[in-house]
Amino acid sequence: MSFLIDSSIMITSQILFFGFGWLFFMRQLFKDYEVRQYVVQVIFSVTFAFSCTMFELIIFEILGVLNSSSRYFHWKMNLCVILLILVFMVPFYIGYFIVSNIRLLHKQRLLFSCLLWLTFMYFFWKLGDPFPILSPKHGILSIEQLISRVGVIGVTLMALLSGFGAVNCPYTYMSYFLRNVTDTDILALERRLLQTMDMIISKKKRMAMTRRTMFQKGEVHNRPSGFWGMIKSVTTSAPGSENLTLIQQEVDALEELSRQLFLETADLYATKERIEYSKTFKGKYFNFLGYFFSIYCVWKIFMATINIVFDRVGKTDPVTRGIEITVNYLGIQFDVKFWSQHISFILVGIIIVTSIRGLLITLTKDCGMEETVN
Amino acid sequence: MASLDRVKVLVLGDSGVGKSSLVHLLCQNQVLGNPSWTVGCSVDVRVHDYKEGTPEEKTYYIELWDVGGSVGSASSVKSTRAVFYNSVNGIILVHDLTNKKSSQNLYRWSLEALNRDLVPTGVLVTNGDYDREQFADNQIPLLVIGTKLDQIHENKRHEVLTRTAFLAEDFNAEEINLDCTNPRYLAAGSSNAVKLSRFFDKVIEKRYFLRDGNQIPGFPDRKRFGGGTLKSLHYD
Repeated sequence: MSFLIDSSIMITSQILFFGFGWLFFMRQLFKDYEVRQYVVQVIFSVTFAFSCTMFELIIFEILGVLNSSSRYFHWKMNLCVILLILVFMVPFYIGYFIVSNIRLLHKQRLLFSCLLWLTFMYFFWKLGDPFPILSPKHGILSIEQLISRVGVIGVTLMALLSGFGAVNCPYTYMSYFLRNVTDTDILALERRLLQTMDMIISKKKRMAMTRRTMFQKGEVHNRPSGFWGMIKSVTTSAPGSENLTLIQQEVDALEELSRQLFLETADLYATKERIEYSKTFKGKYFNFLGYFFSIYCVWKIFMATINIVFDRVGKTDPVTRGIEITVNYLGIQFDVKFWSQHISFILVGIIIVTSIRGLLITLTKDCGMEETVN
Repeated sequence: MASLDRVKVLVLGDSGVGKSSLVHLLCQNQVLGNPSWTVGCSVDVRVHDYKEGTPEEKTYYIELWDVGGSVGSASSVKSTRAVFYNSVNGIILVHDLTNKKSSQNLYRWSLEALNRDLVPTGVLVTNGDYDREQFADNQIPLLVIGTKLDQIHENKRHEVLTRTAFLAEDFNAEEINLDCTNPRYLAAGSSNAVKLSRFFDKVIEKRYFLRDGNQIPGFPDRKRFGGGTLKSLHYD
């Protein structure tokens, strides 16, 4: 009987998480775009729901809610489903959508996405070779193989993100690092941008006029297309089209310059807005939080370096030490182990969540895409 | 030859609707082979014969400014984009026929561009509320182009085309629906080519010729009276 009640509680919470993931996807992530493939939304919501359920089960385990045998059953079920999604469905769909975007492979996209998935599985399996997992008790195709690999990859990613967050967080939050941007800087850059656009326009006008006179004279300018076209264009070329290719190269260089100027101007506007924001109350509050987080991050980096250099295992982290000190000096009744676990958990969670966003933004900025992309 | 007069036309629309392919098709009469994401603004030039076939035929350069990003961009990106909206003579609004949201976003795009031009103090309207009256006294000619027509299935075509007809009516603009990978949609003599030609003629008229010889009220375009290119033509 209690099993049924527990199951219904779990299933209700799962449905709630699913709905929340669905809404989050629709309202936040895809606010300005249209969802073409509902498969993506479904997979996102399902993964979100099951991850949140696992988190919920851990909390229940710590707090001792629900019957332990039903908890165990739900835990195993959740684990199987999540592994299934993580290792089979998500990589397959990622491969499928990547392949559908490449025009050449569009016809046989199912075949190529299967090939991609098999390559992924091969590397995934190879990853676990150096680990001492294989034991006679478990056999080859067991759940332990999958969990161990997923676990190792997950912990490594978390450590990477945590490290990145530790460095990025002070830089983003503290106003000490904000460059001073004045309106004249922005105006000067905008003027340069418009001048570059004017230069591009004048060159394109020449090209358009040349093309028109060539067309009227009867020479048709064939842009070399494909592999053999390129080889052919090496040997034969009309004088008009040679002129065109020269101007085209200049235009390409100018267009690259205009892109860089545009990105720089957007950057300056963003910095100016951050400066204005830091003068408001909310900004000052976040600045203060930023200092606090920065000190925590710097301490973490310092301790990690010491641990690596001197090859010792860290005994307690600063949060636990801080709580111990408060308990000892202030005499407050506090379950140190319990709360320190949760507080460091929450702190690391916050840093990881903010650093995922920061990491993605930094990565796309490096690739030159960002939100200015057409 | 570079001393021909010029007009500036903006090409606006969401990411991925096909603005770069469209501009390439319009200016170079060829299909764009490798479309890639446009960062910032890309310009191309089309040579247009105003009033072709009549004795008043004159050649103009039409600059097509392909600005983009998304309507939901950060305000820093919007402020940067606003520098391209200066002294615009015409706007082409591009939407994807397979994507309803891109059509809805056209209202916000047009507001962003028009408000920038009509209020030279640089105040951007960011709430994006659509008000039909704002388009009633709009002097800048608009054209609505729907792309990816080939991807609409035959039986859905009628419903999609009615929806876009309403959209074009809201903007008080002509509409063209085509597929940017097929140049036959804009072949000389087709109705699309005629509409396009009419639109460019209208843009040139608004820029270089005044209707009754009177000043159009409320249009703060200093170039119009400073350069001495003022001509007044009377026609029926």
